[in-house]
Amino acid sequence: MSLQMVFYLLVFPGLLFTAVLGLSIGWLDRKLSARFQYRVGPPFLQNFYDFIKLLGKETIVVRDSVHSLFIAAPFVAFAMLVCISTLIGVALFYKQGFLGDLFVLMYLLMIYSIALILGGSATGNVYSSLGAGREIKMLLADELAFILICLVAIVKAGYEIGLAEIAAVQQARGAFIASPSGIIAFLIGLICIQAKMALPPFNIAEAETEIVEGPLMEYSGPPLAFWYLNHFMMFTIYPFLLILLFWGGFSANGLGILWFSLKYLLIVVVMIILKNTNPRVRIDSALRFFWRIAFPISFIALVLAVLGV
Amino acid sequence: MGWYNKRLAKSIWVFHMSGSPCNNCDIEILDLLTPRYDLERLGIKLVGSIRHADVLLVTGIFNQKVAPKLKRIYEQAPKPIFVVAIGTCPASGCCFKDSYNAVAKREDILPIDLYIPGCPPKPEAMIEGVAKLVEVLNG
Ligand code: SF4
Repeated sequence: MSLQMVFYLLVFPGLLFTAVLGLSIGWLDRKLSARFQYRVGPPFLQNFYDFIKLLGKETIVVRDSVHSLFIAAPFVAFAMLVCISTLIGVALFYKQGFLGDLFVLMYLLMIYSIALILGGSATGNVYSSLGAGREIKMLLADELAFILICLVAIVKAGYEIGLAEIAAVQQARGAFIASPSGIIAFLIGLICIQAKMALPPFNIAEAETEIVEGPLMEYSGPPLAFWYLNHFMMFTIYPFLLILLFWGGFSANGLGILWFSLKYLLIVVVMIILKNTNPRVRIDSALRFFWRIAFPISFIALVLAVLGV
Repeated sequence: MGWYNKRLAKSIWVFHMSGSPCNNCDIEILDLLTPRYDLERLGIKLVGSIRHADVLLVTGIFNQKVAPKLKRIYEQAPKPIFVVAIGTCPASGCCFKDSYNAVAKREDILPIDLYIPGCPPKPEAMIEGVAKLVEVLNG
């Protein structure tokens, strides 16, 4: 049992699988972005090269920083992502929900953001702390809509909060995305994960051109490598979560695997298109968008779900 | 270090720093990073922070005022870091060689690994220079 747990955590739905798939999908992101700009784009293994290179660089700890926090933040965030990917993966691929439910997942996702905020503000750099502040505001902005769409999935599954139960209900009665409330929640979820992954148009916290990568500015060497890996791991975690909550999960026969891969690729490609066709918005317009537009729409979806539509 | 250098050669992140040039070389560096030349296919990426950089692209004659800052930025970079000097200015002083405020020896400020002469060098020349750096790293 415990050996199986270790396998889950370190190999299949967890660390190794998520990292390798994430870095490969990261290549798709860079390649498609390059094609959008009529470029050739990087080779397939580029993200792996970058990661290995960063592991071998010198780590500089800024003298004015809070050293322990500065070094711990990327690894805490990484550990959180490994836990999250295991939770989602076990529910998706093994249909077991013994590890935790949707609320645990929401908390873990929040701890990731908090690690980023703490890491950014521990450096003692002005731009980093600006980026950390913006990260807090983004968390306030997207969390509300995100929690509401998670609630939509819970309500539609007959008030079940387990991840595996939500998937099982959809396997039995058809995916939630086929109903009006499900499709609204799915689309809002797509925008929320764009914000949670800090992709354009919501890369406000890490705006390269104004606050030089924000919280990551002072990081170098292995800690930076882990931030880099974290970013790409989210390319698997969030689309998997959306599929699990709204799009019917995963069935292990031949056609099911193909279906699942197609759904996953579709979500990723939509994210990349959104990323490449929208310029970065200001922090106040992002807040306004999430509170005035995304929040009421997801609330309507929740009401529809409660009414059973 | 041979194994690591080979990995490094595949993923070079550059940081652009201007040490009192006439600004033409900087514009040419920006041209180099446009989609037309597409350096990303060689793994080269422009980064915004010196802490992420592997190669420092430096232009200009390094005048008295900017030299201490150049030195400081070099010291802030995580090692291994390589310095590539773009243009005739860092190589010989170009038209500013008799300027009253240029530093006497640029080599004392930064350990320059590679000079790419030209006033300004064409992006193709810079790509060739980077390819030479990659060759050296590959041994
Ligand atoms: S090398 Fe020529 S173009 Fe470049 S900075 Fe010097 S004077 Fe300007």
